Amino acid sequence: MNAIDVHGLVKRFGDKTVVNQVTMQVARGEIVGFLGPNGSGKTTTIRIMCGLLTPDEGEGTVLGYDLRSEGLRIKREVGYMTQRFSFYEDLTIAENLAFVARLYDLKPVGAHVDRTLEDLGLTSRRNQLAGTLSGGWKQRLALAACIMHQPKLLLLDEPTAGVDPKARREFWDEIHRLAADGLTVLVSTHYMDEAERCHRISYISYGTLLATGTVADVVRDAGLVTYLVDGPKLEQLAAELRQRPGVEQVAPFGASLHVVGSDEAALKAALADLEGRDGVTVSRGETSLEDVFIQFMANSTDNMQ
Amino acid sequence: MNRIFSLGRLMALLIKEFIQMRRDRITFGMMLGVPLMQLVLFGYAINSDPKALPAALVSLSQDHYSRAMVSALENTDYYRFDHVVGSAEEAEHLMASGEVVFVVTIPSDFARRVDRGQRPQILIEADATDPSVASGAISTLGTVAAEALLRERGVPASEAKPADRLEVIVHRRYNPEGLSQYNIVPGLLGVILQMTMVMMTSIALTRERERGTMENLLAMPASPLEIMLGKVLPYLVVGAVQVAVILGAAKLLFGVPFVGSLWLLLVAVLIFVLSLVLLGYTISTVARTQMQAMQLTFFFFLPSLLLSGFMFPFRGMPEWAQWLGEIFPLTHFLRVIRAVMLKGADLPAIAFETGILVLFIFIYAGFALLRFRRTLD
Repeated sequence: MNAIDVHGLVKRFGDKTVVNQVTMQVARGEIVGFLGPNGSGKTTTIRIMCGLLTPDEGEGTVLGYDLRSEGLRIKREVGYMTQRFSFYEDLTIAENLAFVARLYDLKPVGAHVDRTLEDLGLTSRRNQLAGTLSGGWKQRLALAACIMHQPKLLLLDEPTAGVDPKARREFWDEIHRLAADGLTVLVSTHYMDEAERCHRISYISYGTLLATGTVADVVRDAGLVTYLVDGPKLEQLAAELRQRPGVEQVAPFGASLHVVGSDEAALKAALADLEGRDGVTVSRGETSLEDVFIQFMANSTDNMQ
Repeated sequence: MNRIFSLGRLMALLIKEFIQMRRDRITFGMMLGVPLMQLVLFGYAINSDPKALPAALVSLSQDHYSRAMVSALENTDYYRFDHVVGSAEEAEHLMASGEVVFVVTIPSDFARRVDRGQRPQILIEADATDPSVASGAISTLGTVAAEALLRERGVPASEAKPADRLEVIVHRRYNPEGLSQYNIVPGLLGVILQMTMVMMTSIALTRERERGTMENLLAMPASPLEIMLGKVLPYLVVGAVQVAVILGAAKLLFGVPFVGSLWLLLVAVLIFVLSLVLLGYTISTVARTQMQAMQLTFFFFLPSLLLSGFMFPFRGMPEWAQWLGEIFPLTHFLRVIRAVMLKGADLPAIAFETGILVLFIFIYAGFALLRFRRTLD
């Protein structure tokens, strides 16, 4: 049985459809990355799954519980980490954890708090106000509080926004450790390197799910061709290339240009005359996940317009 | 797993709320200090029977009768003659500028008329912009002045003829019902409780919403009933402390008589406070921001203050206003507390008004639970 199994979810705010016919399956123990531009409906979808929002249409189960009628059971077994730090800044670290432990009826409260503090490495700072923690520590505290009651499904909404690379690395190591123990994780992110650490990814744009699968699947299914162009005066070259038919994206990466298109023949033709120029070399490159996402964003219509 | 109510979850919310309350030093200090401060301030400051009011004397004759009149008026303690002026225009100016509240004019023919037995007159002009200011001073005036005059002439009061009577002409436009300090202090208990309790609880949920903690709270297994009680009960404790402080001060500082049963009073106060915190909580389920909550609270305060009978006599209002006044818990509480503290009323005597307060509790709690959204929809 899938941890998440939802069909045709629709959520409207006023006359704006924020989530449009989203269908998603996530197997137990899987880490699924949820990607998409700002305002694409990621947070709304996650909120529907943890019972914070009721869908206007669609149905499904989360951890085997009905999405519409068994919200309270879902809440007990799901850990939800909000995008913004939403524990009490005027409570100490230990008090926040004790609050969560009591709400989930974890006994004895003291032992749960002590164990969590030890896992976090925050025992010595237990009496520090949560509001005085740095971004990285807040995020670790929030994660620890979310998994305290040993949920079966973890929903993380952009958990690493504003967190330094080392803390991000540690965070993802922790996620993988938890998943190895059977925890299912759905995590939304903007970072490509994080997407690549997921078992599978789903890409949502303006409420509609556009692609889903492993990173390799998504890149392959996008059917994009990428050429690398090296040489002098790349900025002028980039401007020139953008005008040509068949070229859909031109982006500088270090000392070379990524030139991306979906029609290989047209792209080849567009680049043909570059070969003879001074110092310019053209070679076939790997399409990256980012190239694919930029393509998705360029193609999808913004329903806010 | 109990879905509606679990003591453990309620404890979680209560402990959290108490810690937050303790940590917010300014608010905490305000909750305890402000009631005491307000009681002392208003208890001493609000006086509907003011004395030693500044007055101007327009004395056009300098005879011994006039001097006797003036000293008699000063002896009442109501008048303090700061100014002695020679013309009506000067006096007019003093009153217009607010420097004096009264102008007492003793006409030039005063002594002559006294001696001839021609009903002497004096004129009292009172500043009636605040009508309650002058009422006490004016009501004592007639007898005091007449007695002084008779004494000065050496005529015993029993032999005074109608023609000897002093005619006091009073120019004023209002004669309000007076309020005594005994009346004010019990009322202040109600007003102060209403102020702090409703204000504190009206931001209960909006604060969580604005700080972003609401999303987390809703994602965790806490029921609407638990959240409501978790928010409201800590303030019931604060209210209890306030009541103890105010009642103690009422007794020690103002010597307000306490004729009724203390227990009956405490039960009534508890019911009143519970209705207030639930009202505040109801506001917080409606308001989207703390600012809105404050605005709603004040929108509620002023009419309840003015129409409850705290500031103005309830029976003096037109009938429709009295009906409006009935919808405020404060109105009913004032009747209960004045009855218990001042008249020594027993339970049957206040049962009806207390019953209405209980009704408010159920109405507010029911409305708040209906309004409360378990989701962010």
